[in-house]
Amino acid sequence: MADINTMHQKDMAKVTSKQKFVTVLVQVLLYFFLIMVAITVIFPFYWMINSSLKTLDEYRWSVPTLWPTTVMWSNYATAFSTASLGKLFVNTLYVGIISTILSLVITVLTAFAFARLEFKGKNALFAGLLATMMIPGELFTITNYGTVTSLGWLNTFTVLIVPFLVSVFYIYLLRQNFLQIPNELYLAAKVDGTSDIKYLWKIMIPLALPTLISITILKMMGAWNSYIWPRLVTRGETHSLITNGLRNAFTESTGDVNIPVQMAAVALVSLPLFLVFLFLRKYIMKGVSRSGIKG
Amino acid sequence: MVESKQQWKAWVYLSPALILLLVFTVWPIFNTVRMSLLNGYRGLAAAGGQTFEFGFQNFVKVVQYRQFKDCLVTTLLLCVITVPVSSFLALLIAVCLNSIKPLRRLLQTIFFLPYVTNTIAIGMVFAAMFNIVGNIAGGDPNSTASSIATFGIVNNVIQLFGGKPINWINAGSTYWHNMFVVIFYIVWNALPFKILILLGGLQSVNKQYYEAAKVDGTSRTRVFFRITVPLLSPMIAYVVITGFIGGFKEYSSVVGILGEDMAATGSETPLNTMVGFIYDALENNNQGRASAAALILFGIILLVTLLNLYVSKKKVHY
Repeated sequence: MADINTMHQKDMAKVTSKQKFVTVLVQVLLYFFLIMVAITVIFPFYWMINSSLKTLDEYRWSVPTLWPTTVMWSNYATAFSTASLGKLFVNTLYVGIISTILSLVITVLTAFAFARLEFKGKNALFAGLLATMMIPGELFTITNYGTVTSLGWLNTFTVLIVPFLVSVFYIYLLRQNFLQIPNELYLAAKVDGTSDIKYLWKIMIPLALPTLISITILKMMGAWNSYIWPRLVTRGETHSLITNGLRNAFTESTGDVNIPVQMAAVALVSLPLFLVFLFLRKYIMKGVSRSGIKG
Repeated sequence: MVESKQQWKAWVYLSPALILLLVFTVWPIFNTVRMSLLNGYRGLAAAGGQTFEFGFQNFVKVVQYRQFKDCLVTTLLLCVITVPVSSFLALLIAVCLNSIKPLRRLLQTIFFLPYVTNTIAIGMVFAAMFNIVGNIAGGDPNSTASSIATFGIVNNVIQLFGGKPINWINAGSTYWHNMFVVIFYIVWNALPFKILILLGGLQSVNKQYYEAAKVDGTSRTRVFFRITVPLLSPMIAYVVITGFIGGFKEYSSVVGILGEDMAATGSETPLNTMVGFIYDALENNNQGRASAAALILFGIILLVTLLNLYVSKKKVHY
C-alpha cells in the first residue's frame, strides 16, 4: 500500500516537473516577445531624443552612435527659434484652455438637462444627437469652412475654438455619469430650496469629477494635436497652432533639413503630452477605452 | 406647474449646445447634400450670384476622376492591410500580457505610449528613421565625418547585415516603399487603443472557462481559438469596426511621413487618401466636388460598418 503511494507520488513529481519546465519555457517566450514589442514601441522615442542631441556631423556618421559623443543642448534652442515654437506654444495653450473651459460648461449644462430634467422630445433629441456621431467630420468641415468665412472669422482664435465646442460624445459620457447619481439627492436638494446651479456645483460636479478630468485631458490633447482645421482657416503664424508650425518649419522644399534640430522640435512638442500621460495616465486610459477616438 | 417650469429650464440649459449644433452640425449636413447636388458648385461663384443646375454631375465627375480612384485605392489598401495586421498583433500582445504577472503594469504603460503622441510629430521621427539622403551612388558609406551620405537608422541596420540601403521615402522612391513605411507607422500607432480594449475584455473573462479547460488538458492553441477568441469576439468586432472607420479617414499619418504633398519629392504616385482628396477639392474652392466625395466616403464607411456588424452578428458570441 505504502509502496503504491510512493510510486504514485514519484509519477506525480515527474509530471509536475515536466509541466513546470513547459510553463517556464512559455513564460520565457512570452517575456521575450513582449519585450521585443516594447523595444519596437519605445525605439522611435529613444531615437528622437538621441538624434536631437547630436551635432549634424555626428548624425551623419555611417555607423550611428547610440548616445551622442558631444551632447548638443543648443539644438533645442535652435529648434525653438527656427519653428517659432514659443509663439505657437502660447497660441495652442490659449486655444486649448479657452475651448476646454467653454466646452466643459456647455457639456455639463447639456448633460444635466438630459440626465435630470423632464421635457418634451427628450429621448428623440438625444437619439438625434447620438446619430450625428456616425458622420465623418469632413462632411461638416466643407460647410463650416464656408460658414466661418462668411462670418469673417478666418485668421482669428474664434475660428479655432467655437466650431468644436460641442462634442456629442462628451455629453453622452457625462450624462451616463450623471444618471448614476441617485435622483433622490436632487429631489432632496429641491425640497431644501437649493438652486439647480448650486446643486450642480456642490453635488454633481464633484461626483462626476473623474469624467470631467478625462474630458479636459482629451480636449487639451485635441487642441495640441489638431492639424487639418487650423491649416485650413489660418495663414501665417499669428494664429497658427503647434502642429502646423512643426510640419511647415521642416519640409524638404526649404532645403536640406537639419534632422537633429528637427528632432529637437519634435521632442519639444511631444514633451507636454508625455508629462500629461505620466501624471494622468489613469484618466486618459479610462476616457480612451470608452471613446475610441483620438483627441 | 413644476413640469412646465422644468420644460422651460431644460431648454435654457440646452440652448448653447443646440445653437452651436444647429450651425456647425445640422446645417452642414443639409448644406453638404445640397452642394453635392448642384452641378459644378463653387462657393466663390455662388457668392457672386451664379446659379447652378440640380443634378448628379458632381458624383459622376468625382467617380470618373482618376485622382479620386487613386485616393480610393490607397485608402482601401491602407484599411485592408493595417486593420487585420494591427488587430491580430494587438490580440496576440493582449493575450500574452494577460498571462504574465511581473512587469505587466510597466509593459502595459509602454504599449500605450504611442497613443499619447502627436501623429504629425512622430511621423516626422519615422521619416527620419527611414531616411536616405545624399549622394547615394558616389558616396562611400564607410567614410565617417566627411561623408555626405546621411542614412536613417533603418538603412544603417540593413547595411549592418550586408544589405543595400533602400530608398524608402526620399525623392525617387516607389509607391510600395512609401506604402510600407506608412503602414508600419499606422500599425505602430493603432496598437495602443486596440491592446487597451482587448486586454480590458480579457480581464473580464470568467476564469472558470480556463480552469475547466485545464482540467480537461486542452492544448494552448485550442484554448486560444475555442475559448479566448469567442469570448473576446465582441471586443474584437469593436476594434475591427473602429479600425475600419479610422482607416477610411486616414490622413495625418501620411502627412507626417511624406509631408503635405503626400508624396515623395517629385513622385508621380502620391499616397493621397479620400480625406486628402476632399481637402484638396475644398482648397481649390470646389465645394460641389468636395461634398460629393465626402458623401461617398460616408456611404462607404456606413456600408463597411453595416457589413462588419452583419458578419459579427453571425460570428460574435455575446
